[in-house]
Amino acid sequence: MSYAWDFNFLWALGPLLLGGLINTGKLWAIAFSSGLAIGLAFGIMRTVPSRILRGIGMVYVEAIRNTPGLILLIWFYYALPILVGVQSSAWLAACVALSLYTGAYSAEIYRAGIASVEAGQWEAARAIGLSYAHQMRYIVLPQAVMRMIPAFGNRAIELAKATTLASTLAFGELLFTAKVIAEDQFRPLETFTAVSVIFTAVLLPLSYACIWLERRVARSGGIVRD
Amino acid sequence: MTEVLRLENLAKSYGQAQVLKDINLTVRKGETVCVIGASGSGKSTLLRCVNFLGYPTGGRIFLEGKLVGREVIDRSGRTEMRYREAELCAVRAHVGMVFQQFNLFPHMTAEENVMIGPVKIRGLSKAEAKARAAEHLQRVGILEKAGAYPGQLSGGQQQRVAIARALAMEPSIMLFDEATSALDPELVGEVLLAMRKLAQEGTTMLVVTHELGFAYNVAHRVIFLHEGTIHEEGTPEEVLVNPKKPRTQDFLRGVTTFRMPEPRIAPA
Ligand SMILES: Nc1ncnc2c1ncn2[C@@H]1O[C@H](COP(=O)(O)OP(=O)(O)O)[C@@H](O)[C@H]1O
Ligand SMILES: [Mg+2]
Repeated sequence: MSYAWDFNFLWALGPLLLGGLINTGKLWAIAFSSGLAIGLAFGIMRTVPSRILRGIGMVYVEAIRNTPGLILLIWFYYALPILVGVQSSAWLAACVALSLYTGAYSAEIYRAGIASVEAGQWEAARAIGLSYAHQMRYIVLPQAVMRMIPAFGNRAIELAKATTLASTLAFGELLFTAKVIAEDQFRPLETFTAVSVIFTAVLLPLSYACIWLERRVARSGGIVRD
Repeated sequence: MTEVLRLENLAKSYGQAQVLKDINLTVRKGETVCVIGASGSGKSTLLRCVNFLGYPTGGRIFLEGKLVGREVIDRSGRTEMRYREAELCAVRAHVGMVFQQFNLFPHMTAEENVMIGPVKIRGLSKAEAKARAAEHLQRVGILEKAGAYPGQLSGGQQQRVAIARALAMEPSIMLFDEATSALDPELVGEVLLAMRKLAQEGTTMLVVTHELGFAYNVAHRVIFLHEGTIHEEGTPEEVLVNPKKPRTQDFLRGVTTFRMPEPRIAPA
Protein backbone atom coordinates (compact mmCIF):
# COMPACT_ATOMS: atom_id res chain seq x y z
CA MET A 1 0.00 0.00 0.00
CA SER A 2 1.35 3.38 -0.92
CA TYR A 3 0.03 6.42 0.86
CA ALA A 4 1.17 9.78 -0.42
CA TRP A 5 2.10 11.76 2.68
CA ASP A 6 1.49 15.46 2.33
CA PHE A 7 2.14 17.84 5.21
CA ASN A 8 2.11 20.99 3.08
CA PHE A 9 -1.49 21.94 3.84
CA LEU A 10 -0.65 21.95 7.55
CA TRP A 11 1.80 24.82 7.21
CA ALA A 12 -1.00 26.98 5.95
CA LEU A 13 -3.14 25.90 8.90
CA GLY A 14 -0.32 26.41 11.37
CA PRO A 15 -1.94 29.44 13.07
CA LEU A 16 -5.08 27.38 13.63
CA LEU A 17 -3.10 24.57 15.27
CA LEU A 18 -1.16 27.12 17.31
CA GLY A 19 -4.44 28.56 18.55
CA GLY A 20 -5.44 25.05 19.66
CA LEU A 21 -2.11 24.59 21.40
CA ILE A 22 -2.54 27.90 23.22
CA ASN A 23 -6.00 26.82 24.43
CA THR A 24 -4.49 23.55 25.61
CA GLY A 25 -1.85 25.56 27.46
CA LYS A 26 -4.44 27.81 29.11
CA LEU A 27 -6.53 24.87 30.25
CA TRP A 28 -3.41 23.16 31.55
CA ALA A 29 -2.19 26.23 33.43
CA ILE A 30 -5.53 26.91 35.12
CA ALA A 31 -6.19 23.27 36.03
CA PHE A 32 -2.64 22.74 37.28
CA SER A 33 -2.44 25.81 39.49
CA SER A 34 -5.89 25.39 40.97
CA GLY A 35 -5.30 21.64 41.25
CA LEU A 36 -2.18 22.31 43.32
CA ALA A 37 -4.11 24.68 45.58
CA ILE A 38 -7.05 22.28 45.98
CA GLY A 39 -4.61 19.43 46.55
CA LEU A 40 -2.80 21.38 49.27
CA ALA A 41 -6.02 21.97 51.17
CA PHE A 42 -7.22 18.37 50.90
CA GLY A 43 -3.74 16.91 51.37
CA ILE A 44 -3.32 18.76 54.66
CA MET A 45 -6.85 17.76 55.61
CA ARG A 46 -5.81 14.13 55.30
CA THR A 47 -3.03 14.59 57.87
CA VAL A 48 -4.76 16.60 60.62
CA PRO A 49 -5.82 15.10 63.96
CA SER A 50 -9.55 15.69 63.33
CA ARG A 51 -11.22 12.49 62.08
CA ILE A 52 -14.03 14.42 60.41
CA LEU A 53 -11.66 16.50 58.30
CA ARG A 54 -9.60 13.42 57.47
CA GLY A 55 -12.81 11.67 56.39
CA ILE A 56 -13.86 14.53 54.12
CA GLY A 57 -10.40 14.56 52.56
CA MET A 58 -10.52 10.84 51.95
CA VAL A 59 -13.98 10.89 50.35
CA TYR A 60 -12.93 13.62 47.92
CA VAL A 61 -9.70 11.94 46.93
CA GLU A 62 -11.18 8.47 46.50
CA ALA A 63 -14.30 9.65 44.69
CA ILE A 64 -12.32 11.60 42.10
CA ARG A 65 -9.48 9.13 41.69
CA ASN A 66 -11.86 6.26 41.07
CA THR A 67 -13.90 8.10 38.45
CA PRO A 68 -12.63 8.19 34.86
CA GLY A 69 -11.59 11.73 33.94
CA LEU A 70 -13.87 11.70 30.92
CA ILE A 71 -16.91 11.09 33.10
CA LEU A 72 -15.92 14.04 35.31
CA LEU A 73 -15.85 16.36 32.30
CA ILE A 74 -19.13 15.10 30.97
CA TRP A 75 -20.70 15.37 34.39
CA PHE A 76 -19.71 19.02 34.83
CA TYR A 77 -20.82 19.85 31.27
CA TYR A 78 -24.09 17.98 30.97
CA ALA A 79 -25.17 16.87 34.45
CA LEU A 80 -24.32 19.75 36.81
CA PRO A 81 -26.26 22.35 34.76
CA ILE A 82 -29.43 20.31 35.37
CA LEU A 83 -28.86 20.61 39.13
CA VAL A 84 -27.98 24.31 39.24
CA GLY A 85 -30.07 25.42 36.27
CA VAL A 86 -27.28 27.36 34.56
CA GLN A 87 -25.77 26.20 31.28
CA SER A 88 -22.05 25.60 31.63
CA SER A 89 -19.53 26.36 28.90
CA ALA A 90 -17.14 23.69 27.65
CA TRP A 91 -14.24 25.83 28.91
CA LEU A 92 -15.67 26.19 32.41
CA ALA A 93 -16.65 22.52 32.70
CA ALA A 94 -13.20 21.42 31.52
CA CYS A 95 -11.43 23.78 33.93
CA VAL A 96 -13.47 22.66 36.93
CA ALA A 97 -13.30 18.95 36.14
CA LEU A 98 -9.56 18.92 35.42
CA SER A 99 -8.80 21.07 38.49
CA LEU A 100 -10.65 18.67 40.74
CA TYR A 101 -9.02 15.74 38.97
CA THR A 102 -5.52 17.17 39.46
CA GLY A 103 -6.48 18.26 42.98
CA ALA A 104 -7.27 14.71 44.06
CA TYR A 105 -3.99 13.30 42.78
CA SER A 106 -2.04 16.26 44.20
CA ALA A 107 -3.71 15.78 47.59
CA GLU A 108 -2.19 12.31 47.70
CA ILE A 109 1.23 13.71 46.81
CA TYR A 110 0.99 16.31 49.57
CA ARG A 111 -0.26 13.74 52.07
CA ALA A 112 2.58 11.33 51.33
CA GLY A 113 5.10 14.17 51.36
CA ILE A 114 3.91 15.46 54.71
CA ALA A 115 3.90 11.93 56.14
CA SER A 116 7.52 11.50 55.00
CA VAL A 117 8.73 14.24 57.37
CA GLU A 118 10.03 12.60 60.56
CA ALA A 119 8.09 12.97 63.81
CA GLY A 120 11.15 14.65 65.37
CA GLN A 121 10.71 17.66 63.09
CA TRP A 122 7.14 18.21 64.27
CA GLU A 123 8.24 17.77 67.87
CA ALA A 124 11.13 20.19 67.64
CA ALA A 125 8.86 22.79 66.04
CA ARG A 126 6.24 22.20 68.70
CA ALA A 127 8.83 22.39 71.46
CA ILE A 128 9.81 25.91 70.35
CA GLY A 129 6.17 26.89 70.77
CA LEU A 130 5.14 27.13 67.12
CA SER A 131 1.43 26.64 66.48
CA TYR A 132 0.22 23.76 64.32
CA ALA A 133 -0.19 26.07 61.33
CA HIS A 134 3.33 27.44 61.76
CA GLN A 135 4.80 23.95 62.21
CA MET A 136 3.20 23.01 58.90
CA ARG A 137 4.04 26.23 57.08
CA TYR A 138 7.66 26.78 58.11
CA ILE A 139 9.00 23.39 59.12
CA VAL A 140 7.10 20.50 57.54
CA LEU A 141 5.88 21.75 54.16
CA PRO A 142 9.20 23.23 53.00
CA GLN A 143 10.86 19.87 53.58
CA ALA A 144 7.96 17.88 52.15
CA VAL A 145 7.59 20.00 49.02
CA MET A 146 11.17 19.30 47.98
CA ARG A 147 10.39 15.60 48.00
CA MET A 148 7.14 16.18 46.12
CA ILE A 149 8.58 18.10 43.18
CA PRO A 150 9.23 15.06 40.96
CA ALA A 151 5.74 13.73 41.60
CA PHE A 152 4.23 17.09 40.71
CA GLY A 153 6.24 17.05 37.49
CA ASN A 154 4.65 13.75 36.56
CA ARG A 155 1.26 15.19 37.46
CA ALA A 156 1.90 18.12 35.11
CA ILE A 157 2.58 15.70 32.27
CA GLU A 158 -0.46 13.56 33.01
CA LEU A 159 -2.63 16.68 33.09
CA ALA A 160 -1.29 17.91 29.76
CA LYS A 161 -2.41 14.62 28.24
CA ALA A 162 -5.75 14.75 30.04
CA THR A 163 -6.56 18.17 28.53
CA THR A 164 -7.37 16.33 25.28
CA LEU A 165 -10.49 14.98 27.03
CA ALA A 166 -11.95 18.47 26.61
CA SER A 167 -12.18 17.80 22.87
CA THR A 168 -15.24 15.66 23.62
CA LEU A 169 -16.98 18.84 24.84
CA ALA A 170 -16.02 20.57 21.57
CA PHE A 171 -13.62 22.87 23.45
CA GLY A 172 -11.12 24.17 20.90
CA GLU A 173 -7.92 22.78 22.34
CA LEU A 174 -5.26 21.11 20.21
CA LEU A 175 -6.98 17.76 19.60
CA PHE A 176 -10.37 19.29 18.81
CA THR A 177 -8.75 21.77 16.42
CA ALA A 178 -6.97 18.87 14.76
CA LYS A 179 -10.24 16.94 14.38
CA VAL A 180 -11.81 19.90 12.63
CA ILE A 181 -8.82 20.28 10.32
CA ALA A 182 -8.67 16.56 9.58
CA GLU A 183 -12.29 16.43 8.57
CA ASP A 184 -12.07 19.61 6.57
CA GLN A 185 -8.96 18.56 4.65
CA PHE A 186 -9.60 14.80 4.48
CA ARG A 187 -6.10 14.35 5.90
CA PRO A 188 -6.47 12.64 9.31
CA LEU A 189 -3.18 10.76 9.06
CA GLU A 190 -1.00 13.84 8.68
CA THR A 191 -3.05 15.94 11.10
CA PHE A 192 -3.06 13.50 13.99
CA THR A 193 0.57 12.58 13.39
CA ALA A 194 1.37 16.26 13.69
CA VAL A 195 -0.62 16.49 16.94
CA SER A 196 1.29 13.62 18.53
CA VAL A 197 4.59 15.13 17.39
CA ILE A 198 3.63 18.44 18.99
CA PHE A 199 2.67 16.74 22.28
CA THR A 200 5.90 14.75 22.33
CA ALA A 201 7.97 17.84 21.55
CA VAL A 202 6.41 19.72 24.46
CA LEU A 203 6.26 16.88 27.01
CA LEU A 204 9.54 15.09 26.37
CA PRO A 205 11.70 17.90 27.81
CA LEU A 206 9.35 18.04 30.80
CA SER A 207 9.74 14.28 31.35
CA TYR A 208 13.51 14.60 31.30
CA ALA A 209 13.36 17.56 33.66
CA CYS A 210 11.36 15.38 36.07
CA ILE A 211 13.87 12.55 35.92
CA TRP A 212 16.70 15.01 36.51
CA LEU A 213 14.91 16.58 39.46
CA GLU A 214 14.10 13.19 40.93
CA ARG A 215 17.79 12.22 40.89
CA ARG A 216 18.79 15.54 42.38
CA VAL A 217 16.27 15.36 45.20
CA ALA A 218 17.24 11.75 45.93
CA ARG A 219 20.93 12.64 45.99
CA SER A 220 20.47 15.43 48.49
CA GLY A 221 18.41 13.20 50.78
CA GLY A 222 15.26 15.14 49.98
CA ILE A 223 16.74 18.54 50.70
CA VAL A 224 17.46 20.82 47.77
CA ARG A 225 19.62 23.62 49.04
CA ASP A 226 19.75 26.20 46.29
CA MET B 1 15.29 31.02 95.82
CA THR B 2 12.25 31.34 93.59
CA GLU B 3 10.84 28.19 92.10
CA VAL B 4 10.68 27.87 88.33
CA LEU B 5 9.05 24.48 87.96
CA ARG B 6 6.94 22.49 90.37
CA LEU B 7 5.41 19.10 89.66
CA GLU B 8 2.68 17.92 92.04
CA ASN B 9 1.70 14.27 91.98
CA LEU B 10 2.42 14.16 88.28
CA ALA B 11 1.23 10.96 86.60
CA LYS B 12 1.16 9.71 83.07
CA SER B 13 -0.24 6.50 81.64
CA TYR B 14 -0.57 5.11 78.17
CA GLY B 15 -3.83 3.18 78.35
CA GLN B 16 -3.35 0.66 81.13
CA ALA B 17 0.40 1.17 81.41
CA GLN B 18 1.25 3.68 84.12
CA VAL B 19 4.58 5.18 83.11
CA LEU B 20 4.87 7.97 85.70
CA LYS B 21 3.33 7.93 89.18
CA ASP B 22 3.20 10.51 91.87
CA ILE B 23 6.14 12.64 90.79
CA ASN B 24 6.79 15.58 93.11
CA LEU B 25 9.63 17.82 92.09
CA THR B 26 10.58 21.46 92.44
CA VAL B 27 13.30 23.11 90.39
CA ARG B 28 14.44 26.54 91.58
CA LYS B 29 15.93 29.37 89.58
CA GLY B 30 19.53 28.76 88.59
CA GLU B 31 19.42 25.14 89.68
CA THR B 32 20.63 22.18 87.63
CA VAL B 33 18.81 18.94 88.40
CA CYS B 34 20.00 15.73 86.78
CA VAL B 35 17.68 12.78 86.26
CA ILE B 36 19.20 9.33 85.99
CA GLY B 37 17.58 5.93 85.69
CA ALA B 38 17.35 2.78 83.61
CA SER B 39 16.01 2.73 80.08
CA GLY B 40 12.22 2.66 80.22
CA SER B 41 12.06 4.18 83.70
CA GLY B 42 10.12 7.18 82.35
CA LYS B 43 12.81 9.86 82.02
CA SER B 44 11.78 11.01 78.54
CA THR B 45 8.11 10.82 79.47
CA LEU B 46 8.81 13.12 82.43
CA LEU B 47 10.50 15.78 80.27
CA ARG B 48 7.83 15.51 77.57
CA CYS B 49 5.14 16.13 80.18
CA VAL B 50 6.91 19.26 81.41
CA ASN B 51 6.62 20.96 78.01
CA PHE B 52 3.42 19.16 77.07
CA LEU B 53 4.71 17.21 74.10
CA GLY B 54 2.79 14.52 75.96
CA TYR B 55 -0.15 15.32 78.20
CA PRO B 56 0.03 14.36 81.87
CA THR B 57 -2.86 12.16 82.91
CA GLY B 58 -2.72 13.24 86.54
CA GLY B 59 -1.29 15.86 88.84
CA ARG B 60 -0.42 19.49 88.30
CA ILE B 61 2.41 21.42 86.73
CA PHE B 62 3.34 24.92 87.86
CA LEU B 63 5.61 27.04 85.69
CA GLU B 64 6.99 30.13 87.44
CA GLY B 65 4.40 29.61 90.17
CA LYS B 66 1.51 29.57 87.72
CA LEU B 67 -0.65 26.49 87.27
CA VAL B 68 -0.69 25.25 83.69
CA GLY B 69 -4.20 24.40 82.54
CA ARG B 70 -7.50 24.65 84.34
CA GLU B 71 -8.88 22.35 86.98
CA VAL B 72 -12.36 20.98 86.44
CA ILE B 73 -14.40 18.55 88.50
CA ASP B 74 -15.79 15.72 86.41
CA ARG B 75 -19.08 13.85 86.97
CA SER B 76 -17.59 11.35 89.41
CA GLY B 77 -16.29 14.23 91.53
CA ARG B 78 -12.62 13.80 90.62
CA THR B 79 -10.58 16.84 89.66
CA GLU B 80 -9.13 16.81 86.19
CA MET B 81 -6.89 19.16 84.24
CA ARG B 82 -8.02 20.78 81.00
CA TYR B 83 -5.44 22.27 78.68
CA ARG B 84 -5.92 24.71 75.83
CA GLU B 85 -3.54 24.40 72.89
CA ALA B 86 -2.90 28.18 72.80
CA GLU B 87 -1.84 28.13 76.45
CA LEU B 88 0.39 25.11 75.85
CA CYS B 89 2.10 26.86 72.92
CA ALA B 90 2.93 29.71 75.28
CA VAL B 91 4.22 27.22 77.89
CA ARG B 92 6.39 25.45 75.30
CA ALA B 93 7.81 28.81 74.27
CA HIS B 94 8.99 29.26 77.88
CA VAL B 95 10.45 25.77 78.20
CA GLY B 96 13.52 24.93 76.10
CA MET B 97 13.92 21.34 74.93
CA VAL B 98 17.01 19.60 73.61
CA PHE B 99 16.47 16.20 72.02
CA GLN B 100 18.72 13.18 71.80
CA GLN B 101 18.44 13.27 67.99
CA PHE B 102 19.04 17.08 67.73
CA ASN B 103 16.05 17.48 65.35
CA LEU B 104 17.48 20.54 63.66
CA PHE B 105 15.48 21.81 60.69
CA PRO B 106 17.55 20.57 57.73
CA HIS B 107 16.27 23.16 55.26
CA MET B 108 17.53 26.06 57.37
CA THR B 109 21.03 27.23 58.24
CA ALA B 110 22.19 27.02 61.85
CA GLU B 111 21.37 30.70 62.25
CA GLU B 112 17.90 30.34 60.71
CA ASN B 113 17.21 27.40 63.03
CA VAL B 114 17.90 29.68 65.97
CA MET B 115 16.02 32.67 64.50
CA ILE B 116 12.70 31.05 63.64
CA GLY B 117 11.33 30.93 67.20
CA PRO B 118 12.22 34.52 68.14
CA VAL B 119 10.82 35.81 64.82
CA LYS B 120 7.59 33.81 64.67
CA ILE B 121 6.76 33.67 68.35
CA ARG B 122 8.48 36.57 70.08
CA GLY B 123 7.87 38.89 67.13
CA LEU B 124 11.47 40.02 66.79
CA SER B 125 12.56 41.66 63.54
CA LYS B 126 14.97 39.75 61.30
CA ALA B 127 17.84 41.98 62.43
CA GLU B 128 17.04 41.59 66.13
CA ALA B 129 16.68 37.83 65.75
CA LYS B 130 19.98 37.65 63.87
CA ALA B 131 21.71 39.44 66.72
CA ARG B 132 20.08 37.17 69.27
CA ALA B 133 21.02 34.07 67.27
CA ALA B 134 24.63 35.26 67.15
CA GLU B 135 24.61 35.79 70.91
CA HIS B 136 23.40 32.27 71.66
CA LEU B 137 25.47 30.54 68.99
CA GLN B 138 28.43 32.31 70.59
CA ARG B 139 27.43 31.01 74.04
CA VAL B 140 27.70 27.41 72.83
CA GLY B 141 30.85 28.19 70.85
CA ILE B 142 29.52 27.63 67.36
CA LEU B 143 29.07 31.12 65.95
CA GLU B 144 31.51 30.41 63.12
CA LYS B 145 29.06 27.82 61.75
CA ALA B 146 26.09 30.22 61.64
CA GLY B 147 25.74 29.92 57.87
CA ALA B 148 26.12 26.14 57.69
CA TYR B 149 23.26 23.71 57.09
CA PRO B 150 22.78 20.91 59.65
CA GLY B 151 23.89 18.35 57.06
CA GLN B 152 27.29 20.04 56.96
CA LEU B 153 27.84 19.86 60.73
CA SER B 154 29.13 17.12 63.03
CA GLY B 155 26.76 15.65 65.61
CA GLY B 156 28.35 17.67 68.39
CA GLN B 157 28.03 20.89 66.40
CA GLN B 158 24.42 20.09 65.52
CA GLN B 159 23.55 19.50 69.14
CA ARG B 160 25.11 22.81 70.16
CA VAL B 161 23.05 24.58 67.50
CA ALA B 162 19.98 22.81 68.90
CA ILE B 163 20.88 24.11 72.37
CA ALA B 164 21.25 27.64 70.97
CA ARG B 165 17.88 27.29 69.25
CA ALA B 166 16.24 26.52 72.60
CA LEU B 167 18.21 29.23 74.45
CA ALA B 168 17.21 31.91 71.94
CA MET B 169 13.63 31.72 73.21
CA GLU B 170 15.04 32.81 76.60
CA PRO B 171 13.14 30.04 78.37
CA SER B 172 12.60 29.83 82.12
CA ILE B 173 13.98 26.31 82.13
CA MET B 174 15.99 24.13 79.75
CA LEU B 175 15.22 20.42 79.39
CA PHE B 176 17.85 18.05 78.04
CA ASP B 177 16.83 14.51 77.05
CA GLU B 178 20.03 12.46 76.79
CA ALA B 179 21.58 15.23 74.73
CA THR B 180 24.82 13.32 74.23
CA SER B 181 23.55 9.74 73.80
CA ALA B 182 23.47 9.89 69.99
CA LEU B 183 26.98 11.33 69.71
CA ASP B 184 30.24 9.64 68.86
CA PRO B 185 32.26 9.37 72.10
CA GLU B 186 34.83 11.99 71.08
CA LEU B 187 32.08 14.57 70.50
CA VAL B 188 30.38 14.12 73.86
CA GLY B 189 32.80 16.40 75.69
CA GLU B 190 32.15 19.55 73.65
CA VAL B 191 28.40 19.31 74.28
CA LEU B 192 28.80 18.58 78.00
CA LEU B 193 31.19 21.52 78.32
CA ALA B 194 28.65 23.80 76.66
CA MET B 195 25.99 22.51 79.07
CA ARG B 196 28.25 23.03 82.09
CA LYS B 197 28.91 26.58 80.95
CA LEU B 198 25.16 27.25 80.85
CA ALA B 199 24.74 25.77 84.32
CA GLN B 200 27.54 27.97 85.65
CA GLU B 201 25.91 31.02 84.06
CA GLY B 202 22.84 30.30 86.15
CA THR B 203 20.58 28.64 83.58
CA THR B 204 17.83 26.59 85.19
CA MET B 205 18.19 23.07 83.81
CA LEU B 206 16.51 19.68 84.11
CA VAL B 207 18.91 17.20 82.55
CA VAL B 208 18.26 13.56 81.75
CA THR B 209 21.67 11.96 81.29
CA HIS B 210 23.72 8.81 81.48
CA GLU B 211 26.87 10.91 81.97
CA LEU B 212 27.30 10.33 85.70
CA GLY B 213 30.50 12.38 85.73
CA PHE B 214 28.57 15.36 84.40
CA ALA B 215 25.81 14.83 86.97
CA TYR B 216 28.37 14.56 89.78
CA ASN B 217 30.26 17.69 88.75
CA VAL B 218 27.49 19.97 87.55
CA ALA B 219 24.18 19.03 89.18
CA HIS B 220 22.95 20.65 92.37
CA ARG B 221 20.61 17.74 92.84
CA VAL B 222 20.32 14.26 91.34
CA ILE B 223 17.11 12.29 90.98
CA PHE B 224 17.03 8.55 90.44
CA LEU B 225 13.90 7.52 88.56
CA HIS B 226 12.77 3.92 88.92
CA GLU B 227 9.64 2.46 87.32
CA GLY B 228 8.07 5.86 86.97
CA THR B 229 8.68 7.14 90.49
CA ILE B 230 11.36 9.24 92.15
CA HIS B 231 13.09 6.46 94.01
CA GLU B 232 15.94 8.43 95.52
CA GLU B 233 17.04 12.04 95.40
CA GLY B 234 19.68 14.21 96.96
CA THR B 235 23.00 15.88 96.33
CA PRO B 236 25.27 14.22 93.74
CA GLU B 237 27.37 12.97 96.66
CA GLU B 238 24.32 11.38 98.32
CA VAL B 239 22.80 9.72 95.25
CA LEU B 240 25.84 8.88 93.11
CA VAL B 241 28.47 8.13 95.75
CA ASN B 242 26.49 7.00 98.81
CA PRO B 243 23.22 5.64 97.41
CA LYS B 244 20.94 4.35 100.18
CA LYS B 245 18.33 2.38 98.24
CA PRO B 246 19.21 -1.06 96.81
CA ARG B 247 17.68 -0.18 93.40
CA THR B 248 19.90 2.87 93.09
CA GLN B 249 22.89 0.78 94.09
CA ASP B 250 22.00 -1.86 91.47
CA PHE B 251 21.69 0.79 88.78
CA LEU B 252 25.03 2.39 89.67
CA ARG B 253 26.72 -1.00 89.89
CA GLY B 254 25.42 -1.77 86.40
CA VAL B 255 26.63 1.41 84.77
CA THR B 256 30.04 1.41 86.49
CA THR B 257 30.92 -2.28 86.18
CA PHE B 258 34.39 -1.56 84.88
CA ARG B 259 36.41 1.30 86.30
CA MET B 260 39.77 2.75 85.52
CA PRO B 261 42.04 5.38 87.01
CA GLU B 262 41.66 8.93 85.73
CA PRO B 263 43.70 9.34 82.53
CA ARG B 264 46.89 11.30 83.24
CA ILE B 265 46.01 14.13 80.89
CA ALA B 266 44.98 17.71 81.47
CA PRO B 267 41.19 17.99 81.72
CA ALA B 268 39.31 20.14 79.16
N1 LIG C 1 3.74 6.55 73.15
C1 LIG C 1 3.85 5.53 74.02
N2 LIG C 1 2.90 4.58 74.10
C2 LIG C 1 2.99 3.58 74.97
N3 LIG C 1 4.00 3.43 75.83
C3 LIG C 1 4.99 4.32 75.82
C4 LIG C 1 4.96 5.43 74.91
N4 LIG C 1 6.08 6.18 75.13
C5 LIG C 1 6.75 5.56 76.10
N5 LIG C 1 6.11 4.45 76.53
C6 LIG C 1 6.54 3.56 77.60
O1 LIG C 1 6.81 4.32 78.74
C7 LIG C 1 7.92 3.80 79.44
C8 LIG C 1 8.91 4.90 79.71
O2 LIG C 1 9.44 5.35 78.50
P1 LIG C 1 10.50 6.53 78.44
O3 LIG C 1 9.96 7.71 79.16
O4 LIG C 1 10.85 6.72 77.02
O5 LIG C 1 11.72 5.94 79.24
P2 LIG C 1 13.22 6.42 79.30
O6 LIG C 1 13.34 7.73 78.61
O7 LIG C 1 13.54 6.48 80.75
O8 LIG C 1 14.03 5.35 78.63
C9 LIG C 1 8.49 2.68 78.60
O9 LIG C 1 8.08 1.46 79.16
C10 LIG C 1 7.84 2.87 77.26
O10 LIG C 1 7.64 1.64 76.64
MG1 LIG D 1 14.47 8.29 76.93
